[in-house]
Amino acid sequence: MVDAPAGLTKKDFTSSQDPRWCPGCGDYAILAAVQGFMPELGIEPKDMVFVSGIGCSGRFTYYMDTYGFHGIHGRAPAIATGVATANPDLNVWVVTGDGDALSIGGNHLIHALRRNVDIKILMFNNQIYGLTKGQYSPTSEQGKVTKSTPFGSVDRPFNPVSLALGSAATFVARTIDNDRQHLTEVLRQAAAHPGGAFVEIYQNCNVFNDGAFDVLRDKPQGAHNQIRLVDGEPIIFDEGTRCVRIGENGRLEIAAVAETDPASIVTHDIHGRPSLAFGLAHISDGPWEESCIGVFREVERPTYGRAVHEQVARATERHGDGDLAALLHGGDTWTVDAAG
Amino acid sequence: MSKAVKERERVVIRFAGDSGDGMQLTGDRFTNATAVLGNDLATLPDFPAEIRAPAGTVHGVSAFQIQFASTDIATPGDHADVLVAMNPAALKADLDTVVTGGTLLLNEDAFTARNLDKAGYAADPTADGSLEGYTVVKVPMTSITVRAVEDLGISKKEAERAKNMFALGLVSWMYGRPTQPTITWLEAKFGSKPEILDANVAAFNAGYAFGETTELFAHQVVVKAAPSAPGTYRNVAGAQALSWGLVAAAQRAGLQLFYASYPITPASDLLHELSKHKHFGVLTVQAEDEIAAANMALGAAFTGSLAVTGTSGPGLDLKAETIGLAVITELPLLVIDVQRAGPSTGMPTKTEQGDLLAAMFGRHGESPIPIVAPSSPGGCFDVAFEAARVAIRYRTPVIVLSDSFLQNSSEPWRLPDVEGLPTIDPGFATPMEGFEPYARDDRLARPWAIPGTPGLEHRIGGLERQEVTGDISYDGENHERMTHLRAAKVDGIAADIPPLEVTDPSGDADLLVLGWGSSRGSISAAAERFRVGGGAVATAHLHWLNPFPSNTGEVLRRYERVLVPEMNTGQLAMLVRARYLVDAITFSRVQGRPIWADELADAIEELSRG
Repeated sequence: MVDAPAGLTKKDFTSSQDPRWCPGCGDYAILAAVQGFMPELGIEPKDMVFVSGIGCSGRFTYYMDTYGFHGIHGRAPAIATGVATANPDLNVWVVTGDGDALSIGGNHLIHALRRNVDIKILMFNNQIYGLTKGQYSPTSEQGKVTKSTPFGSVDRPFNPVSLALGSAATFVARTIDNDRQHLTEVLRQAAAHPGGAFVEIYQNCNVFNDGAFDVLRDKPQGAHNQIRLVDGEPIIFDEGTRCVRIGENGRLEIAAVAETDPASIVTHDIHGRPSLAFGLAHISDGPWEESCIGVFREVERPTYGRAVHEQVARATERHGDGDLAALLHGGDTWTVDAAG
Repeated sequence: MSKAVKERERVVIRFAGDSGDGMQLTGDRFTNATAVLGNDLATLPDFPAEIRAPAGTVHGVSAFQIQFASTDIATPGDHADVLVAMNPAALKADLDTVVTGGTLLLNEDAFTARNLDKAGYAADPTADGSLEGYTVVKVPMTSITVRAVEDLGISKKEAERAKNMFALGLVSWMYGRPTQPTITWLEAKFGSKPEILDANVAAFNAGYAFGETTELFAHQVVVKAAPSAPGTYRNVAGAQALSWGLVAAAQRAGLQLFYASYPITPASDLLHELSKHKHFGVLTVQAEDEIAAANMALGAAFTGSLAVTGTSGPGLDLKAETIGLAVITELPLLVIDVQRAGPSTGMPTKTEQGDLLAAMFGRHGESPIPIVAPSSPGGCFDVAFEAARVAIRYRTPVIVLSDSFLQNSSEPWRLPDVEGLPTIDPGFATPMEGFEPYARDDRLARPWAIPGTPGLEHRIGGLERQEVTGDISYDGENHERMTHLRAAKVDGIAADIPPLEVTDPSGDADLLVLGWGSSRGSISAAAERFRVGGGAVATAHLHWLNPFPSNTGEVLRRYERVLVPEMNTGQLAMLVRARYLVDAITFSRVQGRPIWADELADAIEELSRG
């Protein structure tokens, strides 16, 4: 990231490939938001790498005029770990989906977050397998009727934010595809975070799972059900009528402001212990009821790539630049001369 | 009093004891002293999968075999002349590895009723005549060791643990090994624990002195230095040489070495070795799983590192999809497969060459990749270097097929002249007008355009690419062209590798023995044995298995018969039959051990007669 240039525009991040998602897909809105805010970062496209997996979200890399690697199913966080560790000067983004990140690639996701690899993971959650034409996903609600579950799914969905928090992610947020302003603001904060970031984006699949997020994203009910998290501010929503408060045994609960002692209303704190973030992640079971959006947690830890390179730097300081001849000649050697 | 000295051309010694008895270390130290003396040598560590099986049982026996000689040798020896058995279980497990008439050097103290019972002996074999035909030498190793260190203020347990050093001292005397390398090594290892150092040195010296003074041995055996080419030598194991070859290649290419791996026997030694050398700009990542390791390496390759992932058979299965991704993205990636006995978990600590066809075909779709196999511990250095050169030059994944035996075995290695190693030009794409990510050079390699380069932003991935432009393409004719281009690129490497060399001293052999990988030593030893008996046989050894050297077909057709010895059921034979329509005959061993020179010599003999 040298000589951060001014004067970058959305065009500089837009490739010549025409997006090929279904008309009306939430991915278009996310792409527009990402391309639109990239110039703000002041990072040249040459220093950016977008890595994606398999699924509708996987196509994202082709539409960004940066370096891009469209990998195999579930492995984007591992590829991105290689990219960001080999060259920590690069600005690395991962675009993935709920099936890609939480099912086939679950292991890589949790370990990338645990290691605090400096990659920004955007997980498009549409609660369905779109590209394989409509099977239930690890975030689909229990009882979901799909082609693979004609009698309803019996497995419980993941809570992705909680999973990320449990993986010791240093930045965890959630936003919604059609709320351009909120989406951009969350992306901005993720980009500014010095370390790994996990952003769950509720993304509508209008073909196989239309309306999955209507409770939160459509008017007028969206405004009533979104619990917007703002660091340092009391958590009050539904036009000031409801709040999140500390109830019995320290449990977080939703209540009417009018019936709540102001002292028990929770003030959001993204830098504190993870228990608050966990509590907020579990205030709902899924996007079919009142749910939090915004940044749940942000803390600082050394990034994996930097730590790996620091070890190299320290070893080099101690032993000098590696001397191959000295390495090979280390240990016991003997010499056979020409006469012998 | 100095004893008489007898000279021998070659000796095979096998150290065997409990996993916790330090037999690998004992063997390793003996090897080092032997190397310094200038003998040619080859070693075979043979240990159980269990870390510490119940003490005293046959399952827990760990052994280390070494052959050393005053002449050029190629194998650790089929059978041992001397078995050092630290307990009854070791005797029971390894008696059949000893030649008839061989010497059994037993730790008498361990032959208690309880230990005999644990080993499954109904009666004491040293007393019931069952060891008739062997020279049995009983030495109370534990009690002499305990006496030798009793004034040093260490516990009885620590004292008993030093008995392997007594055994080492004794065998060192028996074969006239120098003592200083071992003492110097002990000083370095235990420098911070003076009482343990003193105990080990005392036990070692006691063993040596016991040999000198006891009536049990009438003479000392001497094996003179082997003649070898001028140069500086050291003893090296395959895992070390392979790791250093990677470090050397990265250095000569001016690239950062990025090694990602998941712990797996027997490949972990590569991760351990490379992790020591960070000041060479080596990044090592212990990944969350085999698949992650491969993908991390591929991501690193994209950024312009010399990227390597190492594993063993089960891990190769898991990496298959990622290797396919490396094929279609045409990025340099080294995959080291240290083969072990399969299928599945199989016998994790035992050797096999069972992954050749998996390396060749173990991916979906048409996904050809170069395969190269080292054939000796020291040769691992050259093969690692060469694999890196080809991966970088041709922008392709390369599989290196090592195996458990090569990895752990060691031999004297003439050190290469570091300055004389070729440089490798990574040839990164530089800013240009009209950049096309899938344009090809004269060897069909595409550009390596790494992130950070202005103007070369491009997208790669697992979807089929349009020729030249690299855009996604579902066009059938384009796919066919790309399929053939990828294959032609790999085939073209044949022009860039040495021809297959044939050893046929008499020039009138009808039979060619064709091998690959770690069985080279056994094959050359077997052929030599047959030739000494007046027979004519030719040998040739493949390093590159895909593509084959360009003269391979011509060589095979020159001989009436082709015998292919492999530690599998005939995988190379299947490839040469398919490729060259040659009626190759398989000599197969899948017993988790190297092929014995004797059994192969017998097979050659039989074929020559028939």
